[in-house]
Amino acid sequence: MADAQNKDRKVAVKVRHLKEYFNAGKKDEVKAVDDISFDIYEGETLGLVGESGSGKTTTGRSIIRLYDPTSGDIHFNGKNIAKLKKRQLKDFRKNMQMIFQDPYASLDPRMKVKDIIAEGIDVHHLAKDNADRDRQVADLLKKVNLNPGFANRYPSEFSGGQRQRIGIARALAVQPSFIIADEPISALDVSIQAQVVNLLQDIQEEQNLTYLFIAHDLSMVKHISDRIAVLYKGKIVELSTTDEVYNHPLHPYTQSLLSAVPIPDPEAERNHKIKTFDHNHPFKEGEELREVLPGHYLYCDEATAAKYA
Amino acid sequence: MSDKVLEVKDLEVDFSTLNGTVHAIRDVSFDLNKGETLALVGESGSGKSVTVRSVIQLYAKNAKVTNGEITFHGKNLLELSPKEMDKIRGKDISMIFQDPMTSLDPTMTIGKQVAEPLLVHHDTSEKEAMKRAQEVLKLVGIPNAKERMHNYPHQFSGGQRQRIVIAMAIIDNPEILIADEPTTALDVTVQAQIISLLKDLQKKIGTSIIFITHDLGVVAGIADRVAVMYAGKIIEYGTTDEIYYDPKHPYTWGLLDSMPTLGLEGKRLKAIPGTPANLIDPPKGDAFAPRSEYAMKIDERLQPPFFKVTDTHYAATWLLDPKAPKVTPPASIQERYNQYQKLRGENDG
Repeated sequence: MADAQNKDRKVAVKVRHLKEYFNAGKKDEVKAVDDISFDIYEGETLGLVGESGSGKTTTGRSIIRLYDPTSGDIHFNGKNIAKLKKRQLKDFRKNMQMIFQDPYASLDPRMKVKDIIAEGIDVHHLAKDNADRDRQVADLLKKVNLNPGFANRYPSEFSGGQRQRIGIARALAVQPSFIIADEPISALDVSIQAQVVNLLQDIQEEQNLTYLFIAHDLSMVKHISDRIAVLYKGKIVELSTTDEVYNHPLHPYTQSLLSAVPIPDPEAERNHKIKTFDHNHPFKEGEELREVLPGHYLYCDEATAAKYA
Repeated sequence: MSDKVLEVKDLEVDFSTLNGTVHAIRDVSFDLNKGETLALVGESGSGKSVTVRSVIQLYAKNAKVTNGEITFHGKNLLELSPKEMDKIRGKDISMIFQDPMTSLDPTMTIGKQVAEPLLVHHDTSEKEAMKRAQEVLKLVGIPNAKERMHNYPHQFSGGQRQRIVIAMAIIDNPEILIADEPTTALDVTVQAQIISLLKDLQKKIGTSIIFITHDLGVVAGIADRVAVMYAGKIIEYGTTDEIYYDPKHPYTWGLLDSMPTLGLEGKRLKAIPGTPANLIDPPKGDAFAPRSEYAMKIDERLQPPFFKVTDTHYAATWLLDPKAPKVTPPASIQERYNQYQKLRGENDG
C-alpha cells in the first residue's frame, strides 16, 4: 500500500484487511466493512465518503475500537491495536479521539461544560491539581473560540455549533495525534458549518493532527481532505488524492456519486447530467483494490488494472 | 406565468414558549405562480417551515397567527373552519415531508395509504381508488406497482418511501405541492432521482411547487424563483439566476460564500460569524446586521424595506438605498456576476 509517491511520508494509521461483520455466521449476517486496507499519513486529512449503509461510521468505530473487529489489523503508532483487550485500550485512546455527528446527543446534559471537557484529563490524570484542570479547560475553550467563562454552564445553554465546539475541545483535551470526525458538521446550519470546518483546519495546522473525516457531503469533504476513500457496500472502491478522485474518478460508482452532487449554480445545473450505476451487479469476480496509477487505487480486476499501466 | 395560485400577505406567526413569545414569522409576503417552483431557502429557525405550515394550517398548539392573509381561489385560508380546511388539505394543496418513514403509517399497506386522499375527498369506490393508486405508484417509479401495493412501508428503501409519499401527495392532482426538505434525509444519488421525479411530475400535471430547503445546490437545479429567509423574514427574492448571479443582500452573499463548491476555491471557507438572531427579542433593525461586515448605523435602528432591483428581484437591505455608500460585494460574488455576464453574452452571440 505504501505507494511510490508517498514512500517518504510517515504512516499514522495502517489498516489491513479490516472486516467488521455484525451477527457473523448467522442468517442475518451483515458485512458492514468487508476487507478494507488503507493508510492515513501523518498530518493529512483522509476523507471517507459513501452513502448511508456503506460502512463509513462502522469503519471509524472499528478503528477507535468502539467495535471489536471481526478480523484484520489496525496499526497505530507502530502497534497493532485490533486485538487489544479492553484494559489495554485506555492508553491508545489518549492518542486517538472522536468527534461525533450529533452535538445534542454526544454531550451529557447533566454535566457542566468544564467536566465534559475535562473527563479525559481526569481519566488520564493529566492535571496536577484543580487549578491546573481549570486552566486547561479555559485554554481549550479559547482554542475552539468559546468564551472561557462558559466553563460552568450546561450543554442546553448552547447552540448546535457551540456544542460541536465543546465536543472538539473535549477531543483535544487529551492531546491526541489522530482524530476521527464522524459527520461533524452534518447536523449544523450552512453558515455554521463553515465556522467549524475552519476551526478543524486551524487546529490541525497548529498541532499537526491527522484526521479521518467521515461525511456524506461530498463538497465539504472535497474542501477539507487531502485524499479521499470512497466506500461502497463495505468495500473501498477508489482511493486517491482529492484532485484525482474529483477530476478523474475511475470507478463507475464514484462517477455516479459525484455526478449526483448538486451544484449551487443554475447554469451548471441546467446542463447537469447524472450518471447511473447498476447497484444490482456492483462487483465482479477477481476484483480487489489495486494501485492502477501512482497513488490512485481502484477496486477492479487485473484486466482493468492493466489498461491503466 | 403570471397566474397567481397563492398569495401570502403580511403573515405574522408567534409561538408562546416558556421563555417568552417567539416571533417566528415577521411580516412575510409572497406569491406563487401557476406551474412554477418557488424555493424558500434559509437556515433552521428562519421560518421557512412555519410559513408553509401556515398555508395548510398544520402547526403546533402553541402557534398563533397574529396577522396576515393567505389567499387561495379568492378565499382567505386563515378564516376557514377546520372542516373547510380539511377539504383543501391533501386535495388542492398537499405536502411532502422531510422524513418519509415518519410520514407513512407503518401498519397500513402502501396501496391503501396512497389511495386514502381519494377515499377521503371523493366518493370514489375503493376499487377505483386502488386502481388509481397503482397508476401513480407506477408514475413515481415504484417497480412492480401492482404487487408492491400490498407491501408495508418497512419493506421499501428510503428513496422508495419518499416516492410513495410523493405518490400520495399527487394522487388527487393538487394545484399546489409543498415539499419541506423532501431530500434532506436521502443520499445524494437518491436525492437526484427524487428531484428529477418532481420536475417530471410538474411537467405532466402542472402543479405549482413550494420547495423548502437549506441546500443551495438543490435549489439551483429545481427552482424558477427563490426567496431567502432570515430571522422570520424574507430578505431577498428573485429569479433563480438573479439570486445566484446577482445577489444583493449580505446574508445571501454569506450563504453563497460559505459553501465550498464552485471555482475560486481558496484554502479557507468564508464563514458567517456569530449565530442567528434570537426571535424572542428580535433586533429592532436589520436582523442580520450584527453578523454583517456591511452593517451601517441605520441597520441598528430601522428595518430595511424592500428595494427594487428588477421587476422580479427585490432585496431588503439598506445597502440598496440611494443614500447608502457604494459597497463592493465580496470577490466571489462579483465573480459569479462576471461569469453570468459572460454566459449571457455567449448565449446571445
